[in-house]
Amino acid sequence: MSLNQMTAHELHELMMKKEVSAEEITKAVYDRIDKVEDKVKSYITLTREQALETARKVDEKIAAGDKVPPLAGIPIAIKDNICTSGVKTTCASKILYNFVPPYNATVMEKLNSQQAVMVGKTNMDEFAMGSSTENSGFHVTRNPWDTERVPGGSSGGSAAAVAADECIAALGSDTGGSIRQPAALCGVVGMKPTYGAVSRYGLVAFASSLDQIGPFTKDVTDCALVLNAICGHDPMDSTSVKYSVPDYTQYLQNDVRGLKIGVPKEFMAEGLNPEVRKVVEEAIATLSNLGAVVEETSLPHTEYALPVYYIIAPAEASSNLARYDGVRYGYRSVEADDVVEMFMRSRSEGFGEEVKRRIMLGTYALSAGYYDAYYNKALKVRTLIKQDFDKAFEKYDLLLSPTAPGPAFKIGENIDDPVQMYLQDIFTLSVNLAGIPGISIPCGFVNGLPVGLQFMAKPFGEGTLLRAAYTFEQNTEFNRQRPAL
Amino acid sequence: MITKKDVEHVALLARLKLNEEEKEMYTRQLNDILKYAQKLQQLDTDAVEPTAHVLPIKNVFREDEVGDHLPNDKALANAPEKEGNYIKVPKIM
Repeated sequence: MSLNQMTAHELHELMMKKEVSAEEITKAVYDRIDKVEDKVKSYITLTREQALETARKVDEKIAAGDKVPPLAGIPIAIKDNICTSGVKTTCASKILYNFVPPYNATVMEKLNSQQAVMVGKTNMDEFAMGSSTENSGFHVTRNPWDTERVPGGSSGGSAAAVAADECIAALGSDTGGSIRQPAALCGVVGMKPTYGAVSRYGLVAFASSLDQIGPFTKDVTDCALVLNAICGHDPMDSTSVKYSVPDYTQYLQNDVRGLKIGVPKEFMAEGLNPEVRKVVEEAIATLSNLGAVVEETSLPHTEYALPVYYIIAPAEASSNLARYDGVRYGYRSVEADDVVEMFMRSRSEGFGEEVKRRIMLGTYALSAGYYDAYYNKALKVRTLIKQDFDKAFEKYDLLLSPTAPGPAFKIGENIDDPVQMYLQDIFTLSVNLAGIPGISIPCGFVNGLPVGLQFMAKPFGEGTLLRAAYTFEQNTEFNRQRPAL
Repeated sequence: MITKKDVEHVALLARLKLNEEEKEMYTRQLNDILKYAQKLQQLDTDAVEPTAHVLPIKNVFREDEVGDHLPNDKALANAPEKEGNYIKVPKIM
């Protein structure tokens, strides 16, 4: 096994034993990128020089006999909507094509304090709006398992980079499934933490009441290590929660005996690919055999989650994206005589089709005369959806479902039909609406394409997610498979 | 039912300049999406409180202390056009 294929915890051990250096690990990752990036196209920007410099500093520390943090010298890819001081952050949008943040997102400060190595900035659907990474303003990212297919989205670049071993771990953001769905389609581990668990300071806002940063990793242990690094209260984010962050590795227990898991029947019904269903049913049998108590349950308002989401998220987006006006940063149209014309031209030329569609939808839903019928109605139904989860968690430790309705689809297959594309998130977006944590782990294959299993827990139940995910992983082999690129 | 005129009005509110083709497309697609959203009207929500936010946070205060801020040159570094310590834009009036 080459270094770039290994996990963070394996590499950390090798570095501490002085069997490999951080520089060798980083070089192995860039060698892999040089070899496969033309086919996968996970990245928008690579930060090779800076990465090697960080790696060498880690090696100096280790040589001096210092103990280094678990992510020191570990090559990590960063979604391009997370601000990185001095390194271009584009949100895969032409409107931010040249934006260089003057500050770091809090998660970057946290990774830097561990001396993690940033490999580069990953491709995404423009402003995180999409489920396939086809909406990038720059290029399409391809699924490492089949390069004719999408990696999912919106964090498709981060998911593909981890799956193709072009990094060891990655950060993404999840507003309606943008970490979990691409993790499922690329066969890696992806977690959306509880709303407020990870600071959003420096994450370019899409829908502020739903957005959350989280990890992509090659196994569940690494997921716990990245969570340890990025979680915690931040005075710079007024929606970040004050809580004592546990050491998440304590939950890596190979034991689900007595754990009560509910399977919402609405998540196993309409729109689910029958072969994916079979794989998920096999996963349920595995968990039952390991001693979990798995039962069917119901989240009765599930059918309303998609329309609620596609009112709330665009409404918040239309407000958040009002700041892109060509004045202070980003793209400015040169063909304007007055300032309003300049705003309009800059926005129309800078934003892509899907972003404009969502700005239009959100602006409409918030406009005079429609606010109550659409936006306020959606907020009320959001309450009902959240109450469904509250009730379910009175009885169950976890809920389980497929992560996505099918395996990776072909590039171009859903691009002309917004509603069809939005259905990709049907099993993931309720989690964002309720503010709870969710994880996707590899649980099998359909025609050589990975399938993801989603666990959901009550707020701050990340530990229970990790315990179930770790147990499943220890008793199966799915996360050890690699695509033949 | 959204008409092309509605789309033109919303585009103006959103400060977007749409060409004819885009106006037709968004009229069709917004109708598709909003038809889907009509489903919500099936539910009686008269007695339900709206959830704008999942956390019970009302307001977050901090001490009013002077902290660090971005120096002018860094704050202006991304501006498409500038003059001295100002961002330059086309005429406003």
